[in-house]
Amino acid sequence: NNNECLSLQSQQKNLEGYVGFASLPNQVYRKSVKRGFEFTLMVVGESGLGKSTLINSLFLTDLYSAEYPGPSHRIKKTVQVEQSKVLIKEGGVQLLLTIVDTPGFGDAVDNSNCWQPIIDHIDSKFEDYLNSESRVNRRQMPDSRIHCCLYFIAPSGHGLKPLDIEFMKRLHEKVNVIPLIAKADTLTPEECQQFKKQIMREIQEHKIKIYEFPETDDEEENRLVKKIKDKLPLAVVGSNTIIEVNSKRVRGRQYPWGVAEVENSDHCDFTILRDMLIRTHMQDLKDVTNNVHYENYRSRKLAAVTYNGVDNNRAKGQLCTKSPLAQMEEERREHVTKMKKMEMEMEQVFEMKVKEKVQKLKDSEAELQRRHEQMKKNLEAQHKELEEKRRVFEEERANWEVQQRLEQQKLEASRYDRHSPSLFSRSDCLALTNASIKDPTSCTNTTTVGFTVSVSGA
Amino acid sequence: RYVGEGARAVPLAGHVGFDSMPDQLVNKSVNHGFCFNILCVGETGLGKSTLMDTLFNTKFEGEPTQHNQPGVTLKSNTYELQESNVRLKLTVVNTVGFGDQINKEDSYKSIVEFIDAQFEAYLQEELKIKRTLHSYHDTRIHACLYFIAPTGHSLKSLDLVTMKKLDSKVNIIPIIAKSDAISKSELAKFKIKITSELVSNGVQIYQFPTDDESVAEINSTMNSHLPFAVVGSTEEVKIGNKMVKARQYPWGTVQVENENHCDFVKLREMLIRVNMEDLREQTHTRHYELYRRCKLEEMGFKDTDPDSKPFSLQETYEAKRNEFMGELQKKEEEMRQMFVQRVKEKEAELKEAEKELHEKFDRLKKLHQDEKKKVEEKKKSLDDELNMFKQKKTAAELLQNQAQQAGGSTTLKRDKERKK
Repeated sequence: NNNECLSLQSQQKNLEGYVGFASLPNQVYRKSVKRGFEFTLMVVGESGLGKSTLINSLFLTDLYSAEYPGPSHRIKKTVQVEQSKVLIKEGGVQLLLTIVDTPGFGDAVDNSNCWQPIIDHIDSKFEDYLNSESRVNRRQMPDSRIHCCLYFIAPSGHGLKPLDIEFMKRLHEKVNVIPLIAKADTLTPEECQQFKKQIMREIQEHKIKIYEFPETDDEEENRLVKKIKDKLPLAVVGSNTIIEVNSKRVRGRQYPWGVAEVENSDHCDFTILRDMLIRTHMQDLKDVTNNVHYENYRSRKLAAVTYNGVDNNRAKGQLCTKSPLAQMEEERREHVTKMKKMEMEMEQVFEMKVKEKVQKLKDSEAELQRRHEQMKKNLEAQHKELEEKRRVFEEERANWEVQQRLEQQKLEASRYDRHSPSLFSRSDCLALTNASIKDPTSCTNTTTVGFTVSVSGA
Repeated sequence: RYVGEGARAVPLAGHVGFDSMPDQLVNKSVNHGFCFNILCVGETGLGKSTLMDTLFNTKFEGEPTQHNQPGVTLKSNTYELQESNVRLKLTVVNTVGFGDQINKEDSYKSIVEFIDAQFEAYLQEELKIKRTLHSYHDTRIHACLYFIAPTGHSLKSLDLVTMKKLDSKVNIIPIIAKSDAISKSELAKFKIKITSELVSNGVQIYQFPTDDESVAEINSTMNSHLPFAVVGSTEEVKIGNKMVKARQYPWGTVQVENENHCDFVKLREMLIRVNMEDLREQTHTRHYELYRRCKLEEMGFKDTDPDSKPFSLQETYEAKRNEFMGELQKKEEEMRQMFVQRVKEKEAELKEAEKELHEKFDRLKKLHQDEKKKVEEKKKSLDDELNMFKQKKTAAELLQNQAQQAGGSTTLKRDKERKK
């Protein structure tokens, strides 16, 4: 229908003057500032790896303070998942930052399944978003999905621990995982280099998909991205204290042998992490969460809901792009066809049976009719026979009566004869009447022709 | 509407760098490209195509349409435009044949259907299991320019009816077309009349937003100039030492971009340079949501169960599915029952027919029996007559024989007498 589908073919047009839609980016900018931003960051790692300190260093704030103690200060028996929300403002831009802590992770003696509460938490945030997205009445949908997970690797210098591998394998398809080497100031540059190589090797070996920086069309940007990629995983140092170094106030860790500066790129990769996480790729982390991780969750969830009860083989064959509603629509249509077929079949059977019965009835009617006709015929025949008989009889009787009369006349005539002669002789009269009696078939009608012979003197 | 209410605010001890977030977002959208869809509604010949060409400084498709269209159809064309680094996929939809028919009662219908169809397409995509929303080409109408004929008196009833049907579905921006036909004083009165008619008929037109301080002032000023009186032209005329877009008359030249001559510049400013993004956003968050809500409610979806507990998505779909399956089963049962009923009825019918048949033949049989009886009676009476006759005959013959014997002697006697 030409009316309804917009032609997706588009043509290039040149503008002969300034129109003004180049201001669209400004309009978008303006609106986004008005709306404000959200970001949820999860930190995972054994206690004592400096997670809280790193967060404080990243966001230059005392997220964790005496009032709001960090996870390490809270003794946990099992893995907990806790959220802290803060609102921070900078340059007119407002950011609602949620930090998700996982105290107790990896701290127990038996850490089997210690990732489960974390997975459950991530899924529950997806679930919340899915539900609010699917409501009939949708308001502003708060996005509390986890946009990034910083995974802290202990600086052993050797390689990944089984727990590290297990965790990353289980979470890499649910969230953007950025592995970090914690407390990197315990490694020399060479040790760090080795450690990094080993870790990346193991990550590839186990097919772990850590967060990837997107390719852009920009040459410059791509070069930067390549440089970062070579340094993965980033080795970080965090600090809550400001120290004066060379009359500069810097965040750092004071040692007898010197100060490890957090923001010194020769000392650690902190600035790379900060720039990447906050200044350049924060939006991309959100987009990947929304377009990839969330969509995976959603499609799996909806497939389960849709095909719940539908023939599984069929469902697998077409894990299609339909929505649950479209699936129901299709099932409805199939059902309609099935019903039509059923109706047709029933109709056919019905018709056939009716035809049979009607035929039987017809046959029996015909039979009865026939018999009736037969009987009627018989009766008519009888009737005719009777008529004939009567006719014969009547004729016979009539003849006989005539004869009787004649006899009577003869008798009278003979008596008369004694008194007077007749014109006709007796034998003449007899001959006349005899003729008619002897040959009644000469008569053309059934009534006997009788001569009344008047034997008067005339 | 605003993020961050209720969380605790903390001060920052230095420059963190998240103030680049808007730039990050903007970069993403610039890379992705922008999309905007305009619908032009108005009678044939009001200069819709010319205005589009003028607004976007280019020559779009299209032959001028004839006035003999049997109904209203919508024609759309999509163009790729670029200005500095900003790519815009612009779709212009025109109503062909609007206002040309004798009976215009159904004119608005094609337009409403078109708008709804775009919403529906988006909704379908949004509901798919595997969806690609971020690369979906949004075809929903972001702005509807409603062209009002420059009669100078008031809105036509077609205009009111149509705008009323569209105001909850799309952002309507009414404009007075070919306004060079109206004098300044008439124009002021015309605008007032139009505005008051719109208000008294409860037509919601698009208001330029005044909640963002940076544009609140200009937007609220512009709101008071609605509806914009525009003139379109792609012809250029030399004024002073510049070539400007204008329409040349014997009595003077109407300059399109002269704000004393018409409101074209205002329209361009509002529609493209200031509020394009807002128009798109309103379409998505207001008009589309309304459509979606109505559609889902129509299909029986609710947000809370009878006890006012919120449904989870799973529960909603499962409930819907169960309801749906139940419905299907019920239909099946009904059909079966119907057949059972029909069979029963037919059987009764046939039985009745059979009964009648037998009755008929019983009656005939009876008649036949009666007839037969009659015949037999006749036979009997005939036989009786026959017998009687036989008897008579026999008696008569007897008498005759006797008489003959007597007569014989009499005859002899007579002959004897004769001879004598």
